[in-house]
Amino acid sequence: MSPEKMAMMANQIATFFKTQPGSDQAQRVADHLNDFWEPRMRQQLAAHVEAGGDGLDPLVKEAFALVRVPAE
Amino acid sequence: MKDFIIPWDTDADLGTPAREGKPVTLTIDGVEVTVPEHTSVMRAAMLAGLKIPKLCATDSVEAFGSCRLCVVEIEGRRGTPASCTTPVAPGMKVHTQSAKVKKIRKGVMELYISDHPLDCLTCAANGDCELQDMAGMVGLRDVRYESGQNHFDPTGTGALSKADADRRDGPGNFRYIAKDESNPYFTYDPSKCIVCSRCVRACEEVQGTFALTIEGRGFDSRVSAGAASDNFLSSDCVSCGACVQACPTATLQEKSIWELGTPERSVVTTCAYCGVGCSFKAELNGDDLVRMVPWKHGKANRGHSCVKGRFAYGYASHKDRILNPMIRDTIDEPWREVSWDEALSFAADRLKGIQQKHGRRSIGVITSSRCTNEETYLVQKLARGVFMNNNTDTCARVCHSPTGYGLGQTFGTSAGTQDFDSVEHTDVVIVIGANPTDGHPVFASRLKKRLRQGAKLIVIDPRRIDLVKSAHIRAAHHLPLRPGTNVAVVSGLAHVIVTEKLYDEAFIRERCDWDEFQEYAEFISDPRHSPEAIEDMTGVPAVEMRDAARLFAQGGNGAIYYGLGVTEHSQGSTTVMGIANLAMLTGNIGRQGVGVNPLRGQNNVQGSCDMGSFPHELPGYRHVKMPEVRKIFEDAWGVEIDPEPGLRIPNMLDAAVNGSFKGLYCQGEDILQSDPDTKHVAAGLAAMDCVIVHDLFLNETANYAHVFLPGSSFLEKNGTFTNAERRINMVRKVMAPKNGYEDWEVTQKLAQAMGADWNYGHPSEIMAEIAATTPSFANVTYEMLDEKGSVQWPCNDANPDGTPLMHVDGFVRGKGRFIVTEYVATEERTGPCFPLLLTTGRILSQYNVGAQTRRTENTAWHPEDILEIHASDAENRGVKDGDWIKLASRSGETTLRAQISDRMMPGVVYTTFHHPDTQANVITTDFSDWATNCPEYKVTAVQVLPSNGPTDWQEEYNAQAAKSRRILPAAE
Ligand code: SF4
Ligand code: SF4
Ligand code: SF4
Ligand code: FES
Repeated sequence: MSPEKMAMMANQIATFFKTQPGSDQAQRVADHLNDFWEPRMRQQLAAHVEAGGDGLDPLVKEAFALVRVPAE
Repeated sequence: MKDFIIPWDTDADLGTPAREGKPVTLTIDGVEVTVPEHTSVMRAAMLAGLKIPKLCATDSVEAFGSCRLCVVEIEGRRGTPASCTTPVAPGMKVHTQSAKVKKIRKGVMELYISDHPLDCLTCAANGDCELQDMAGMVGLRDVRYESGQNHFDPTGTGALSKADADRRDGPGNFRYIAKDESNPYFTYDPSKCIVCSRCVRACEEVQGTFALTIEGRGFDSRVSAGAASDNFLSSDCVSCGACVQACPTATLQEKSIWELGTPERSVVTTCAYCGVGCSFKAELNGDDLVRMVPWKHGKANRGHSCVKGRFAYGYASHKDRILNPMIRDTIDEPWREVSWDEALSFAADRLKGIQQKHGRRSIGVITSSRCTNEETYLVQKLARGVFMNNNTDTCARVCHSPTGYGLGQTFGTSAGTQDFDSVEHTDVVIVIGANPTDGHPVFASRLKKRLRQGAKLIVIDPRRIDLVKSAHIRAAHHLPLRPGTNVAVVSGLAHVIVTEKLYDEAFIRERCDWDEFQEYAEFISDPRHSPEAIEDMTGVPAVEMRDAARLFAQGGNGAIYYGLGVTEHSQGSTTVMGIANLAMLTGNIGRQGVGVNPLRGQNNVQGSCDMGSFPHELPGYRHVKMPEVRKIFEDAWGVEIDPEPGLRIPNMLDAAVNGSFKGLYCQGEDILQSDPDTKHVAAGLAAMDCVIVHDLFLNETANYAHVFLPGSSFLEKNGTFTNAERRINMVRKVMAPKNGYEDWEVTQKLAQAMGADWNYGHPSEIMAEIAATTPSFANVTYEMLDEKGSVQWPCNDANPDGTPLMHVDGFVRGKGRFIVTEYVATEERTGPCFPLLLTTGRILSQYNVGAQTRRTENTAWHPEDILEIHASDAENRGVKDGDWIKLASRSGETTLRAQISDRMMPGVVYTTFHHPDTQANVITTDFSDWATNCPEYKVTAVQVLPSNGPTDWQEEYNAQAAKSRRILPAAE
């Protein structure tokens, strides 16, 4: 998957949870990524964040701290 | 109430429709009978086992009282009333066999027969003709009208009695009307018509198309389809078969009966096309399928059908079917036919090799929404229990995955809330992003029946679909929204309901989370959601939107039916939540006539989702991360289950292009044609080392396959399908699999070749495993389904008879949740290069990628995909009706023919995706729903330009396809 496409998908998720009431948006974005993104997609996200996280919504970056990135 | 229990397997025609009401007791021929009030005397008699002769009455339509064959005498009443039109009354004493009525009946019969050809022995309806039966029943022995006028074929074909031959007028009988054979599936032979008008009433009352009329008067009257110049094919007739079913004679008759004779045995089974899940009787001689007849006790269809299920089954015996397994090393080689063992060990070796080299998660499966629950269950089990990963997905990804997510979040369960019968109690219906008359025809007929009784309709769709305006149906409101603005429109409706205080506070307080409601109410009350504020963006007049919202909130029982026009968007899941909000706001959940009802595309979309096809959840919608759920399956299967979610179809293709996903077992799906952005799908498939296609035909995906495993049709297997109402219907084998194995056997063989110890002997054993592991199926067994006919899940100790209505006393998740639904415009926008919006859909006669229906006579109605375009858009581009045009988006381009259509608004064009030559999905993009990756099929920015032939891509594609389909003859 191209980095742009991945960033767009992650940002779409952030865009939804940003509109939700409450203060746990980052947690909910991370939960969504943990629940629906296969490990290698999360790995790709991790690599992208480490490389500066170009194009990622700030909420995605914030949520990333809570994303489980499987080693394998 | 002393009631007659009708055993569910009696198919007898009781003459007039059932009624509900207080019990009434009367006496017929000395037998005491109790029936609901308003029941006809005829039906009461039939229920008591006393048959009254009849011709113009049949229990699928209201009585008409025209033939007078059914007359009876009633003590204390004068004359001889028709029993079909006379309602029962308490204490009534009826005589059905008095000398007087017998004489009348004989006279009536004699008159009918005087204008009916008597070539009975060579007639297609021989043995299945009510006119014959009635002549026998009334004891007709003589026809005294000698050479009167008649409508006979002057050439007199068939075996005629002498009397009959004498009555032919010789050449030039001006009353004779030739047989209409225009419909591919049935004929209309006016010379055999007794003008009982059963067909006309069936077309009106059952189907709701109003294609037929009785033309002419008295002796000259005949049935006519459409205008005088029309035949059945050119008329409005949609070939549903209701008239054929209703016709008592050979006048309207299946062509298959002409060809094959009357069937001797029948098996009740379930249609394998759409999510309505109609029950049919497959009627056969031996294993020769003669016809499919809708089963009157089918609870989804109540005796009705559409052209697909009723007639379009010929694909199952089409010459294109592949019956032998085939393999090849690379996709540029021709196919080699091999034995099952060789094909399976070839496949297993490759898959195992890939896993050794690229890891456990480098292969996966796609389950089929066309296969049975049992087959789907096995395919996901193959991924989880044999491949040891969660890389399983299904075509529901590309249609109703947002339904799963959205309804799961709001109500706590991923399914429609009602049964189809519920529509009979509804007062206001919203149809949004669905086109039921084409996509879900039998449901549409039931909906239209309710609309004709006075229920109101609100249509939310960019196109003016048929329901907006058709025979005796007018939508109260049509909100023609711009594609992609669903969330805005649904929120606009909610805004009106909340700000005008039209919501059902008592319901919300009792059933929903009140705090969440208040947050939601504050959000939705913001003026930015008002119909006036969004009018420009959505294209929906604010007044119309307000009126629609008021009608829905105040019009009584409100039901929402939606389809892929809701889900296949960037905000598909959000719209589903918005729909759930609307239902909760108005208190329209938990009883008859209301609810939220996703109309499922394929026959077993519901079932394939229920069976754990999604990569994040095990059967019964339970996330793989939950150890207690994994444990159930780990214990049952004796393996350890991966706790991480697997790849969804688009992710599989991305991973394939990246080189980390190398092998795929794809059962009964054609992702190359059905999934968006064809070029990307093709690139993903081409990058894999082992693609196994398990299908009836060499479909488009098979162009990239290394192993082809022949599949079996729904006529050749046992199992169950689950329809859009959560109804589990039996699929019964009516003939042996032409390819040798039912599909579940093939999956089992592949698992065995991979080393698994699977030993199912019958699908009922698979169902037993499903029931043991999945709480909503806990009490489902084949015995129960045989006995009850069908059952709606959840079916367990708490709901032993199943669950027709969900969320009756509370939501499955406890309190219903209002979720804030902010509109976010899709990234897919029009611009100077691509100024139009394309939306896609389907039509009645074709099904999905068309692999089945294109191999039937249904092509008579839809030989190619057509682009519908508004006149002004066409004119600006110099495009005329019928011209070839080029349709281009940023993904690709294709050519097809244009049709100027006033169903479209300017700026929006529409096409179907039934034909591989067009490949509408070359155009669609890889944008998808934020929550589920369900592709955004319904919005693509495009340009339309005149063209004179196929694009280079189409030519290349066809060349590749032709090359890829070569098959070497089997080695001797
Ligand atoms: S096939 Fe259906 S639509 Fe056509 S005339 Fe008969 S009842 Fe009407
Ligand atoms: S076509 Fe059949 S159903 Fe219709 S009026 Fe004639 S006999 Fe009756
Ligand atoms: S395609 Fe759908 S509506 Fe038509 S017969 Fe089959 S299940 Fe029924
Ligand atoms: S059946 Fe009653 S009048 Fe024809």
